[in-house]
Amino acid sequence: MPRWDYAPAPEATDIVTVKDTYGLFIGGEEVEPLSGDYFKTINPATEEVLAAIPEAGLEDIEAAVAAARKAAGTWAAIAPADRAKYLFRIARAMQERQRELAVLETMNGGKPIKESRDIDVPLAAAHFFYYAGWADKLEFAFPGRNAEPLGVCAQVIPWNFPLLMLAWKIAPALATGNTVVLKPAETTPLTALLFAQICHQAGLPAGVVNIVTGAGETGAALVNHPGVDKVAFTGSTEVGKQIQRSLAGSGKHLSLELGGKAANIVFADAPLDQAVEGIVNGIFFNQGHVCCAGSRLLLQESIATRVVSKLKRRLSTLRLGDPLDKNTDIGAINSRAQLDKIKELVGVGVDEGAELYQAPCELPEHGFWFPPTVFTGVSQSHRIAQEEIFGPVLSVLTFRTEDEAVEKANNTPYGLSAGVWTDKGSRILWMADRLKAGVVWANTFNRFDPASPFGGFKESGFGREGGRHGLEPYVRLT
Amino acid sequence: MTRAVSEGPGIVERIGGSVDAVGVEQRAAALGTRSIKKEAKLFGLDLAIRCCDLTTLEGADSPSKIAQLASKAMRPAPTDPSIPHVAALCIYPRLVAPAVAALGDSGVAVASVAGGFPSGQAPLDHRLAEIETAVSDGADEIDIVISRGALLAGDQDAVYEEVSRAREACGSAHLKVILETGELASYDRIRCASLVAMAAGADFIKTSTGKISLASTHPTAVVMAEAIRDFAEATGRAVGLKVAGGIKTAKEALRYLVIVNETLGEEWLDPDRFRIGASSVLNDILMQIDKQRSGVYSDPDRYTKD
Repeated sequence: MPRWDYAPAPEATDIVTVKDTYGLFIGGEEVEPLSGDYFKTINPATEEVLAAIPEAGLEDIEAAVAAARKAAGTWAAIAPADRAKYLFRIARAMQERQRELAVLETMNGGKPIKESRDIDVPLAAAHFFYYAGWADKLEFAFPGRNAEPLGVCAQVIPWNFPLLMLAWKIAPALATGNTVVLKPAETTPLTALLFAQICHQAGLPAGVVNIVTGAGETGAALVNHPGVDKVAFTGSTEVGKQIQRSLAGSGKHLSLELGGKAANIVFADAPLDQAVEGIVNGIFFNQGHVCCAGSRLLLQESIATRVVSKLKRRLSTLRLGDPLDKNTDIGAINSRAQLDKIKELVGVGVDEGAELYQAPCELPEHGFWFPPTVFTGVSQSHRIAQEEIFGPVLSVLTFRTEDEAVEKANNTPYGLSAGVWTDKGSRILWMADRLKAGVVWANTFNRFDPASPFGGFKESGFGREGGRHGLEPYVRLT
Repeated sequence: MTRAVSEGPGIVERIGGSVDAVGVEQRAAALGTRSIKKEAKLFGLDLAIRCCDLTTLEGADSPSKIAQLASKAMRPAPTDPSIPHVAALCIYPRLVAPAVAALGDSGVAVASVAGGFPSGQAPLDHRLAEIETAVSDGADEIDIVISRGALLAGDQDAVYEEVSRAREACGSAHLKVILETGELASYDRIRCASLVAMAAGADFIKTSTGKISLASTHPTAVVMAEAIRDFAEATGRAVGLKVAGGIKTAKEALRYLVIVNETLGEEWLDPDRFRIGASSVLNDILMQIDKQRSGVYSDPDRYTKD
């Protein structure tokens, strides 16, 4: 029987121009860092160096916050419909340059081009369109109250959805009349720096958006800067807690979107083949680098064997490899550090006695890779059922009754998302009432829309992004 | 191909299952983004020809029209020996004899629609008699359509019964059972009909007659392929899938092959287990093969029209 091997179908990269060296985007200009320091950013699929990126120091943060402060007054004062106009322009420019953004996102972050092309970039543009619409309707968002901007927002975003998280942060902040200093993640700065060009192209007034690059120290300097009125952070729970500690008593507003260990719960009456697709999408989408990933699969006992066998079969059809290939389902792990962390926790899972299954696939020689992995026979007491792995690793647990499913699903420090799979509508509502999670997906998983609020319970954070709710963290209501 | 034996109606309930419409449509759309290039494209196009049921089901069909189409079926590209013959020639029962004569021992099977095609509304005895005539005239394969009305009325036993009787009437011929999915109105019902037809002894389940406007769709093919997979797992018997109706381009044919490849696996990439029913897809496939080999499109008149 001949195998039908799909020939390589790589997306062309000639649409993207990557410069050797980038500057910081401060006050509407690309400037050299006062710190004089640079670090290299790479393509995690090949380990090839892409560019030198400034490591912003204290003086650079000072300059960026000053630029944002300078712009804040005028930006807050212009007619709301004019603010909307700039946001619409940005959204349109993102659409026009969507292929460029998608290719660059994939080169710098390792995610499959089909995801950056079909999900990250279109959703990022959609967020700008959505919040552009709110800019002149804030009085309807908060009837009878006056929504005033907070001022200068320090925004620190993660490496898993670089452009999309940028959109989630910048769009509502600008729509409500704030100015921002945004720091993209150390490993994925390039689309944020391309976004700086888009701001320029859209004619956005100088200083309304400032982008500073660097690692943890740069981020700490930014959020702790006294000139900042509001801090928004998406990332690990550990760093989130540090930020909250350091901001205590400062009077700064704070919203946090942190880790997760979501339960994806499949009942016996669920449409099983679609549930398997949802399980795969829940944990292997973006190599599992998703804070709301469905990393704990809870299967009703009577169907557990059947679903696991369907899941293993489906895993064998996942295509891992060159993220720029249009047929790639699983791309590269974002960094060596993340790969090490995944390997460590998978080792822990094996030591704890869970049964390991890995899809048979060849890993490329260079770059950072990890095969889709499923642990069966997992208990709540296993570390792999408790800790966020942030990689393509699924822990499978079983349950017998609805109550047991709810108890296990909620038995985690986190509470970002959950999934329920059943053909019975009343059971979906019953479960959604009891699950302590910011998002509950019914018969689907990892679906996002700018109109739908997203955020956490418990150690998954507070504040909502998306929807009308997403305006609240950026306004003072009087 | 092993002869189908009826698995009994109990298997339908044992396999059971439901389908989520949003999920299956999303899956079908995702499979639609596969980019098939170069050698993979040539492999797929060659396979599409080998899996083709070249079809003519017109009231105006005549013995000489069938003879002409038979030569197209045997030699889709007369000047290019690398092009294989199609799987079968699919025709009305009264033309089986001339088709058998024209195709000889070429390897191209004679497939006849029967059983009151396309409505399937004739009395069961008449439908069975028509199957028997087509088989005795030499048909290798019989395509029948189920009673959608019975299924919609909740009487799946009646569908099981008629397919079982058709199975008997076929004798050694292969039975393809058309669900006419466009009239079943839900994926759950399409799944149920697939399981009933397979349990009653279908060698193939087929999407559509091609005679109503809503013919084969990608999600429908996914649903039927998933039912075939579950049935094979439960019974050990591999049933084939035939998609038909409105498939006019090589690109469409490749999309269905991707669905089969990724839902059922490579064992189904074979004319014994997958067919594309089409009247006009062949020349586009030939043109795409030439384009892939030479880099340029040829004049459409270089491809024979029968």
